[in-house]
Amino acid sequence: MTVDTERTITITVNGVPREATVPVRRLLSDALRHELGLTGTHVGCEHGVCGACTVLVDGDPVRSCLMLAVQVDGHEVRTVEGLARDDNRGGQVLHPVQEAFRECHALQCGFCTPGFLMTIAAGLENRDSAADLTEEEVEDMVGGNLCRCTGYANIKKAVHHAAAAMKDGAL
Amino acid sequence: MKPAPFRYADPDTLEEAIAALADEGEGAKVLAGGQSLLPLLSMRLAAPATLVDINRVPGLDTVEVTGDGVTVGALVRHNKLLHDAAAARVQPLLARATANVAHPAIRNRGTTVGSIAHADPSGEMTSVLALTDGSVSVATPSGQQTVEWRDLFVGPLETSIHGPAVVTSAFFPALPARSGTAFTEVARRKGDYAVCGAGVVVTLDADRRVESARAAYISVGLTPEVHDLTDAVIGQPADTADWAAAGALARTLVDPDTDIHASADYRRLLVGVLTERTLASAAAEALGGLE
Repeated sequence: MTVDTERTITITVNGVPREATVPVRRLLSDALRHELGLTGTHVGCEHGVCGACTVLVDGDPVRSCLMLAVQVDGHEVRTVEGLARDDNRGGQVLHPVQEAFRECHALQCGFCTPGFLMTIAAGLENRDSAADLTEEEVEDMVGGNLCRCTGYANIKKAVHHAAAAMKDGAL
Repeated sequence: MKPAPFRYADPDTLEEAIAALADEGEGAKVLAGGQSLLPLLSMRLAAPATLVDINRVPGLDTVEVTGDGVTVGALVRHNKLLHDAAAARVQPLLARATANVAHPAIRNRGTTVGSIAHADPSGEMTSVLALTDGSVSVATPSGQQTVEWRDLFVGPLETSIHGPAVVTSAFFPALPARSGTAFTEVARRKGDYAVCGAGVVVTLDADRRVESARAAYISVGLTPEVHDLTDAVIGQPADTADWAAAGALARTLVDPDTDIHASADYRRLLVGVLTERTLASAAAEALGGLE
């Protein structure tokens, strides 16, 4: 065991192993943005209240501002950049949740959007898509994230829209 | 803001963790889920010289359920405890309270034992430890020690545990027979810190009358306290007991503070209302169990 002020870590981000040397105090949110150049993860309040920085660590949504980068050494991280998939024709197809946000006008300024997308994508992917989506489930997926533009109505509409698409086999 | 610089160790065993805490001295702090500690670091309300991260220590992520109660390891995330059906059968307050701990993304990372060791008076699990008459197990250089909840909480964010020590588990005794529980909170946003919360246990006698009624509150007082409200309802039939009288009694027993979210008077009012509601619900549950 060593006691360090700096470490070289390897994180599998969106399926790709990435190496970075970071001061041990570096937050995961900052490591993603600064060391790895993945600026899709937004940093809002930086103390766990707003949810804008939510990413998936080993498949579960977490606040990336409430983890140290060194803590995800050897783990898998999925960010908003990893939601869309290659369409095998040189382009990309949006994740059903991204498609639903566009369809339902679930964003205005877009600052909070990456956090919502990750929380909702995990919430919908980790449930049985054939089961009916309850209002309580939807509120659990969006209740931990702050949006100051939309008033949430269209975000909730988008969750239902995405769930319906995933029930029909999208993703 | 960003955390002030610190040193970091992530030991592979409990012995190494204790040794690292001893070597690094006074300024060393244990990091488990980090959902309370990291905000304190980022807001520069705390600046420990060293963080000893126990996430790699094996054997701390289990929930053990026996007829006597539930032992929750130091690395059990709130979300895991929330969905542990065996634990909920033996002590229903565990699932009821963890459902109120923060938002799902925070419950995925935050630990139940860590929030107890953090000793925040607005934390749910400190009050549940008190209400169930629980204890914690602490690893120290001289061996494993048990600390009862009454001896644990000294003040807001302060416990009686000092020096190189790791809280390795918390023990929540089983719900007694002929009993029911309830837990509820009032918060500005579901998942935010409660303005006021209440957890209760009601126990009935063989004649379906109230034998005891106890309550513990969230965001009320500096440390967890258990209030015995039995005098207001003792011997009354469980389905028609005067729960409002128990709520009125509770209001006289608590001493809440004013902050930007609520005045002390409003909190005291909530104590009365939530007590009445939760006691009625817990009594109904206890009656249901007798059917």
